[in-house]
Amino acid sequence: MDKNKIDVIVVGAGPAGVSAAITLARADKKVLLVERGSFAGAKNVFGGAIYVEPTREIFPNFLEEAPIERFTTEHRYALLTKNESTTISYKTRETTKNSCTVIRAKFDRWCVEQAQQAGAYFAPNTVVKKLILDRGKVVGIKTDLEEYYADIVIIADGVNSLLAKQLNMRKTIKPKHVALSVKEVYKLDKQTLEERFNLNTNSGCIYELIGYPMDKELGLGFIYTNKDSIALGIGIGLEDLRKHKLNINDVLEELKQQPLISSLIKDGELLEYSAHLIPEGGYKHIPKLYDNGVLIAGDAAMLVNNLHWEGTNLALKSGKLAAETAIEAINNRDYSANSLSLYQQKLENSYVIKDLKTYKDIIDNITPRAASFFGYYPQKIAEFFEIFTNVNTKPKKQEFRKYIKSWFTDRSLRELIADIFIIIKSVIGVLK
Amino acid sequence: MNINDKLNKLKYNCDTVSHLIPYAADCIECKSKICCTICPAEVYEWDEANRKLIVNYENCLECGACRIVCEKKCINWEYPAKGKGVTFKNG
Repeated sequence: MDKNKIDVIVVGAGPAGVSAAITLARADKKVLLVERGSFAGAKNVFGGAIYVEPTREIFPNFLEEAPIERFTTEHRYALLTKNESTTISYKTRETTKNSCTVIRAKFDRWCVEQAQQAGAYFAPNTVVKKLILDRGKVVGIKTDLEEYYADIVIIADGVNSLLAKQLNMRKTIKPKHVALSVKEVYKLDKQTLEERFNLNTNSGCIYELIGYPMDKELGLGFIYTNKDSIALGIGIGLEDLRKHKLNINDVLEELKQQPLISSLIKDGELLEYSAHLIPEGGYKHIPKLYDNGVLIAGDAAMLVNNLHWEGTNLALKSGKLAAETAIEAINNRDYSANSLSLYQQKLENSYVIKDLKTYKDIIDNITPRAASFFGYYPQKIAEFFEIFTNVNTKPKKQEFRKYIKSWFTDRSLRELIADIFIIIKSVIGVLK
Repeated sequence: MNINDKLNKLKYNCDTVSHLIPYAADCIECKSKICCTICPAEVYEWDEANRKLIVNYENCLECGACRIVCEKKCINWEYPAKGKGVTFKNG
């Protein structure tokens, strides 16, 4: 046997890749996990928080052993205007462990160590230039140095997936199928952070920022709390950035001037600025997931549920299902597209594709109404609270009547009707 | 905060050759020069005098937005060579 021949090669050591690698290694298959960064996590960016249950499915010991920052016990939804904010908060029990913040440079590295302990080979600093094909079957990878051969290659090379592109397994990505996200991480000493965000020692909160300065675009902001740092970022549809000729860093700078945000990051020392694309095409733009000798998982397969801010969990699950499919194929010595189509079935039977299907129309529905949902309504809600909380010398009834009337007179009535229609359509779309 | 101050915080290992290669003839024809607007690291600048795109590839955050947004689809976008490019410590 060729010295460079192995059962499976997994390209990309993000959550999809590592999940695939560890699942294969646990089944005693020979697996090589390649990563272009100098360590796992070096090129990876997310908000972010990972979800406990889906992560535990792959790493049962992670709560006790992995480098975790804080467990999310509070979700704050802040509707922003330039100078005001209306925040709704959901605080759960302190003992809740549903999601937790992690830093990818630490967490992804830990995950890969687990895969290595299970028997996977890990090759960092390895850039895959292209896939090697033989008679229509993927048989290996060509890196900048060497060629490696395998019965199956699992592509988990992220949102830009140059390998899926090489195989024409997916169409050219259009700006409307991705969001661009930038993030800044600020160092804050632990005590200041906990006082400022009203947190206990291990608890954390997530802010979802809606409205200003992304009041005409399909975009949202976020804040995550780590042990002694916070991550502030925004994600905006690339199509909207293009259409409005916006640089996302300028938008982030505007957000940082908003009073609520500036008070939360005050005196923080900037540690890092990063950017990443988020696949937002959803169900309709999932590429072909398998072919002869090849499977695609994670962001490379566009598996992101943008409404719920889910991505790493879908990556972990799809990586596992890809590996299970590969294991069966190896046992049967059948690496054909027909044999690997099991992966598609497994994904369709799991929450991954079921959820993406549920939300398949959401982005298309909301996109034309972005200025209304992210601009007009946050403004109207702020106006209501301004009236409700301000005590002056005018009779209240007059103020309220004026306010209610404004909902019908600010804009053409058609706008309001269009929004109601979209909300009903979206709710029906999700529940049917 | 100036973009350069932000990029200065990052760990880069710069290559001597660019991993981002726009097709010059297409860039001259391109009306929007949208890469110059969109890039979160301001990698691209249009040099009107020489009618060519300046690519400060050393600052690239490797997000891929330019490749997708380019109206001519003319950027040959590769990952930096092994060990090169940006390393995120807080991703």
